[in-house]
Amino acid sequence: MFQVDNNISTWHRIKDSDIYHSFIKSPTAIVSSIILFIIFFCSFFVELITPYNPFDPSSLSLMEAFTPPSWTEDGMAKFILGTDGQGRDMLSTILYGSRISLIVGFSAILFSLILGVGLGLTAGYFGGKYEMVVMRLTDVQLTVPSILMALLVDGIARGVISREMHDEMAIYVLIFAIGISEWPQFARVSRAATLVEKNKDYVSASTIIGVSNIIIMFKHILPNILRPVLVIGTIGLALAIIAESTLSFLGVGVPPTTPSLGTLIRLGNDFLFSGEWWITFFPAIFLVILAFSINLLGDWMRDTLNPRLKK
Amino acid sequence: MSFLKIKNLSVDYPMRKETVYAAKDVNIEVNKGEILGLVGESGSGKSTVGNAIINLIDAPGKVSSGSVILGDLNIHEDPKNIVKYRGKKIGLIFQDPQTSLNPILTVGEQLIETIQTHLDLTNDEAKNKSIELLKEVGIKDAEKRFNNYPHQFSGGMRQRVVISLALCCEPELLIADEPTTALDVSIQSQILDLIKRLTKERNLAVILITHDMGVIAETADRVAVMKSGNLVEIGETKEILTKPKQIYTKSLVSSVPPTNKKISRFVIIEKENKSNQNNNIKILNRWNKKEIIEQDLVKINNLSKSFDDNFFTESSKNSVMAVDNVSFEIKEGESFGLVGESGSGKSTIAKMIVNLFKPSSGDIFFDNVCITKIKNKLEMMKFRKQIQMIFQDPYSSLNGRLKVKDIISEPIILHNPSISSNDLNSYIFDLLESVELSQKSSDRYPHEFSGGQRQRISIARALATQPRLLVCDEPTSALDVSIQAQILNLLKDLQEQLNLTILFISHDLPVVRQMCDRIGVLKDGKLCEVANTEEIFLKPQHDYTKKLLHLMPKIESIYN
Repeated sequence: MFQVDNNISTWHRIKDSDIYHSFIKSPTAIVSSIILFIIFFCSFFVELITPYNPFDPSSLSLMEAFTPPSWTEDGMAKFILGTDGQGRDMLSTILYGSRISLIVGFSAILFSLILGVGLGLTAGYFGGKYEMVVMRLTDVQLTVPSILMALLVDGIARGVISREMHDEMAIYVLIFAIGISEWPQFARVSRAATLVEKNKDYVSASTIIGVSNIIIMFKHILPNILRPVLVIGTIGLALAIIAESTLSFLGVGVPPTTPSLGTLIRLGNDFLFSGEWWITFFPAIFLVILAFSINLLGDWMRDTLNPRLKK
Repeated sequence: MSFLKIKNLSVDYPMRKETVYAAKDVNIEVNKGEILGLVGESGSGKSTVGNAIINLIDAPGKVSSGSVILGDLNIHEDPKNIVKYRGKKIGLIFQDPQTSLNPILTVGEQLIETIQTHLDLTNDEAKNKSIELLKEVGIKDAEKRFNNYPHQFSGGMRQRVVISLALCCEPELLIADEPTTALDVSIQSQILDLIKRLTKERNLAVILITHDMGVIAETADRVAVMKSGNLVEIGETKEILTKPKQIYTKSLVSSVPPTNKKISRFVIIEKENKSNQNNNIKILNRWNKKEIIEQDLVKINNLSKSFDDNFFTESSKNSVMAVDNVSFEIKEGESFGLVGESGSGKSTIAKMIVNLFKPSSGDIFFDNVCITKIKNKLEMMKFRKQIQMIFQDPYSSLNGRLKVKDIISEPIILHNPSISSNDLNSYIFDLLESVELSQKSSDRYPHEFSGGQRQRISIARALATQPRLLVCDEPTSALDVSIQAQILNLLKDLQEQLNLTILFISHDLPVVRQMCDRIGVLKDGKLCEVANTEEIFLKPQHDYTKKLLHLMPKIESIYN
C-alpha cells in the first residue's frame, strides 16, 4: 500500500475509479450525457451558434412568418425547423428558450437543495422538537401539489410586485416558486442520511475532541450525505424543468418576450388547429429529450452510487 | 479412508484489474466423528473453502479447479448433486443467528419445510421429528417453543434452532462458519459443547471455521491453518498449537493472548526481524509529561443511566437501566479494565466519561473536578482535551472524506489555533511515527488503509491533544489476532512512555488480563466486583466472575 506513487494525477484517479468504469460500460449513460452536453453547449453559447436573434425585433420579418420546416414543400433552407407566427426562426428560439428553462431549472433546484439540505441536516442532527417541526412542515408541504404551490406563490407575487416590475421579476418568482415546492424531498433524504451518519464513531470522536456542532455538521456530516442528495438533485432537475414549462404553458411563468420552452409550446398551441404543427411540436419534443436524458443520467447515477446494488 | 476429501481446490475471483485467488490448491480431508478446525485471519479464504464445498460461491467467483469428494461421490461433477446434498447430507451453520432464520415464519414451520424438502414425511411425522430435534439441541418446552417466532428466542437459543435446522435431515457433514462469533462467552461455550456432543453422538464430520484460537484449542481434533488462500499447515490440534512448524503459524500462536499468565509484550515473529527497534516515541519531546501522582484521576460515584425508549409517555416504566449505581476509581497512570458481556453497560459508562452522554444520576470526578456539572463550554474544553477515546470499529471512526492529515490536525488546531503550519506538519509526522505509520500516510484517505492501520490513525488522533486519560472501547475486537497483538503492544508502549491512564473496555478476558492492572466486572449495568487483575483471575469472589472465567475458551487447555 505504501509503494503507491503519491503524485498520481486527478485524471488517473478518475480513470481508476469504479464510477468511471461503470460509466463507460453503460451505453445509456454515455448517450444521455452526450445529448445533454450538446444541449447545454448550444443553449449557453447560443449567440455563437445561431445566425438569428429572435429577441431582436429589427431582424424579424413578418413576411417569413409561418414558414414550415425546410424539408417540407414550402420550407426555406435558412429556417431548418421553420418559423413561428412572428417570423422567428424556430431552432434559434428553441435554443434561446432552453437556456431560460435550464437557468430556471438549475437555480430552482439549487435553491431547494440549499434550503432542504440545510433544514434536513440540522433537523437530523439536533433532533427533538426542532426536528419535529421541520419534518411536519415537509409533510404539510407535500400535501400541496407542487404546481398549485407554484401558482400560489406566483399569485402572491403578482399582488405584491407592481405590474411593470413583474415581467423583470418573473424569472426570480418562478425560481422561488419551483424551489419552494421541491425542498421537502431534499430535507427528508438528508435528514435520514444524517441520522445514520451522526451515530457513527467519527462524529463522536469529533465531539470528544471538542469540535462545535456547526463544524461537525458541515465539515464532517455534509460531505458524507451528499451522494443521495446529488442523485435526487439530478432527478429533481428534470422535474424542475418540466415544472417551469408547465407554469409557462399555463401563462404564469416567464413572459412571451423572453420565451422559455413552456412559453413556446403555449404560443404554438394556438396554431395547432390551423395546421402549423411545427411551432408547438419542436419545442415539445426538445423538452421531452432534455428531461428524458437527465432522468436516464439520474437513474444511472442512482444505481452506481447505491452501495447496495454494487456488484 | 476419509469421508470428505478436498483435492487441489482453487477458487478465483476475476476482478476488474486482476484475478484474486481466494483459495489456491487446498487439500483437506475430514473423517467422520472428528471436528476439523479451519483457522485463519480475515481474508485468508477459510469461509471460501467452506462455501466451495457446497458450491455457494458468489459471482463472479468460481471454482477453477479441484474436486470435492463426499463419501464416494464427486459433488462438483454434476450441479444437480449439490442441490440434492445441500441441506440433506451437508448441514450448515452460519455466523449470525439473527439473519439465518426467517423472521416471519415460526421456528416449527421452518423446520417442517426443510424436513419435507428432503425427506418424504407427512406433516405430523415432520412435526414430531422437529420437536425431537429441538429437544436434542437443548431447547426446553420444545412443544411450546415449536410455535414461536425467531424473535422470541435469545441469540444463543436461536443458534440452537439454526443447528437443529442443519441437523434435521441427518447430514453427515456439518459446516459451521464462525458459529459463536456473534455470541457472548457464556453462550459460546454452550454452543461449542453442543456441537462436540452432536459430533460424537451422530458420528458427524464437522468443519469448524473460526478465527479464534481458543475455540479451536477447546473443540477441534485437527486444525488447518490458512493464509491468503493457501493452506499453511494441517495436523493434530495439539501438534499445531504447541509445535508449529511454519513461521506464520508460530506468529499466529504467539499473538494469542495467554489466559493463564501476564506477559509484558506479545512476541511478534516476522519474516525479517526488525533489528533496530526504535524504543523512543517521537512525540515524547513535545509531550508535557505529567509526573504520576498517587491519586485517583477518575472517581465515579453512584453513576446511573437509563434510556427512555418511549417518546410519548416519558415515564420511567419503559426505561431501561443501562448503568445502575456504579462506583469505582481509576488511579493516575494505571490501566483499568471493564469487562462484561454485550448489554452490560460498559460502553455506556465510557460514553459518560468522555461526556457524550449525560448521566441520569451520579457524578464523575476527573482530577477532583466534577465534570458532569460543568455548564461552561470553555471550562469543558479543558477536560475534552484531557480525555480522549479510541473506538471499536476502525471503519466508522474515521471520516472517509478527509485526508489523514486533516483528521489528525483537527484536534491540534482546535486546541492550539496559533500553531504554525510547519509546526503542525511536523507534529502530524511525529504522531504518525509514534503509531508506526509512515509520513506518506498523511496525504491518503482512510479507505486506503487496513483495519489495523486505521486503528493506529485513531490512536494518533486521540494522542494529538496530549490527553491524560485514554478510554479504549474494545479497540481490538474488530481486528485479527496478529494485528491485535501489535495494537496492544503499541498501547502498552505509549502508556509506559507518556504516563497515560487507560480505561480499557473489552469482552475478551485474556486481552484484559494482558492490558490491565485492575479490573471491574459488569453485569446488566451493575458492578459485580473490582479487584487487581491477578486477584480476579486467581481468586474471583463473585459468582458471575467465576462463571465467566470458567467459560472463557483457553488456548492453554491443549497443554493439559
